[in-house]
Amino acid sequence: MLDAEKIFLEEKARIIRKRIISMLQEAGSGHPGGSLSAADIVAALFFRHMNIDPARPHWEDRDRFILSKGHAAPVLYAALAEAGFFDTKELKYLRKINHMLQGHPDLRSTPGVEISTGSLGQGLAVGNGMALAAKLDGRDYRVFVLMGDGEIQEGMIWEAAMAAAHYKLDNLVGILDYNGLQIDGPIAQIMNPEPIADKWNSFGWHVIVIDGHNFDEILNALEEADRIEGKPTLILAKTVKGKGVSFMENEVDWHGKAPSKEEGELAMKELSQGEVLERWETLGK
Amino acid sequence: MGNTREVKLKATRDAYGEKLAELGEKYEDIVVLDADLAKSTKTLLFGKKFPHRFFDMGIAEQSMIGTAAGLALSGKIPFASTFAVFATGRVYDQLRISVSYSKTNVKVVATHSGLTVGEDGATHQALEDIALARVLPNMAVVVPCDAVETEKVIEFAVEYQGPMYIRLGRSKVPVILDSGYEFKLGKGAVLREGKDVSIVATGIMVAKSLEAAEMLKERGIDAEVINMSSIKPLDNELILKSAKKTGGVVTVEEHSIIGGLSSAVLEVLAENLPVPAERVGVRDVFGESGTPEELLAKYGLSPKDIAAAAERVIRRK
Repeated sequence: MLDAEKIFLEEKARIIRKRIISMLQEAGSGHPGGSLSAADIVAALFFRHMNIDPARPHWEDRDRFILSKGHAAPVLYAALAEAGFFDTKELKYLRKINHMLQGHPDLRSTPGVEISTGSLGQGLAVGNGMALAAKLDGRDYRVFVLMGDGEIQEGMIWEAAMAAAHYKLDNLVGILDYNGLQIDGPIAQIMNPEPIADKWNSFGWHVIVIDGHNFDEILNALEEADRIEGKPTLILAKTVKGKGVSFMENEVDWHGKAPSKEEGELAMKELSQGEVLERWETLGK
Repeated sequence: MGNTREVKLKATRDAYGEKLAELGEKYEDIVVLDADLAKSTKTLLFGKKFPHRFFDMGIAEQSMIGTAAGLALSGKIPFASTFAVFATGRVYDQLRISVSYSKTNVKVVATHSGLTVGEDGATHQALEDIALARVLPNMAVVVPCDAVETEKVIEFAVEYQGPMYIRLGRSKVPVILDSGYEFKLGKGAVLREGKDVSIVATGIMVAKSLEAAEMLKERGIDAEVINMSSIKPLDNELILKSAKKTGGVVTVEEHSIIGGLSSAVLEVLAENLPVPAERVGVRDVFGESGTPEELLAKYGLSPKDIAAAAERVIRRK
């Protein structure tokens, strides 16, 4: 990847993170931690890897993105708005009555949302259905399902994991946002899902372990998944919950609360550091 | 139904399997999912004919429903089948979010509903599934009364856009409709006209209600029998018209008296035309092992029980 391409993705991720903060501050509730941890993965998918057309959200050959960890809706909404699926003005009305951005994704109200999620564990099976349909129809679109690490405590995930391997869904990519925290505490203490890579491996998946904040690693993993035949791929992305905002990073309390005005301003200031214009100036010196 | 006609018996699940396999030729977008019960639900008939469009998901009903939603969102017409206990209770959250809230075009066709599952006992006798399905927004709920209606409902389901819960049974039951019958969602059908009491029944209890009407006739009571296969949307107009004429209603279902047909019908009556009513159904208990006929008799779902309920209603008028 060229430096310019990397800077482009970094700036997209920055925009997404800033929008997450302002959206949640405006809404007064919501989930910053798991939205921020997934921002780089989502930026790489929406602004580099996926074949999508915001003007045609129902285009039959589009790649599909399913946010199985539906509480991270802000990261999806920020990406969809930035990509042009709807007006960025809508972001101001997250979680507000009579507006389209629901607390958790709703496919009936929001363009670009592929399936309503929020009750954890359901997205992977829906992705299986989309991937099976592609096989039946001979279409080459791909299906990406972003799951939370706490979410894989749901039994349904493993039913679906078994089915994806059984039906050899090599057009399906699961991405696990492995930030290590769930509402009640560290996942290892609440209900330890380890060894995660071995589990998916033993279920018949191709597993790639990456740093979920490193664009080279994210894109290499997505490209590797493209090449794998006969089995689905699980990208185990190690991430930092609250990534990008120092006082939210690795803090379980920031799973599901909105920043105050002061906290929001502080977060925006941090997220603005090293912004591209600033960087241009540095490069020029 | 005349007494002279020879009564043909057929399970609604058999009619389903055969019709689905037939429709598979005309509709290439039909796909069928099952959860290791394809021999019992009869989806195997489709599976053998169209193996590449048939997905056995194993004993993983949640995965089955989610996958059906994904297939529906990709333009397929998925029929997902298992026993009624699993097709609702086991997958309720999946039905709620991935099917009903998402309004995906999934047809959940549940077999082995009610007491007439028989010997398998209470664990396998769904007596709550109509209630569970009915309370979900966007979900159409249909309980065919016989093999003929089952075929018509499946034909309808293929063309209908939206989630449907279709409730079928295990046991052989009388075929009471002729092949010219037309199913319309939201419409009930008067199978026997009467003026003294309205018996509103669904599923296999329609045939039992017709038997009850014959018993009542011998006692000088002229009962109207309505097949209310479309539980949601319900045929409010027909219920009110019949209740206005007869002044009393009996609901009959192979289901709990809580939340199913009786609740649906009595809600409409309470809001519009409160008339004396009685509910024939399972009275808030689980079933047990036994033959279907033994169970229907023990739990108060025989023609005799229906007739007695009709007489009680008439006394209260």
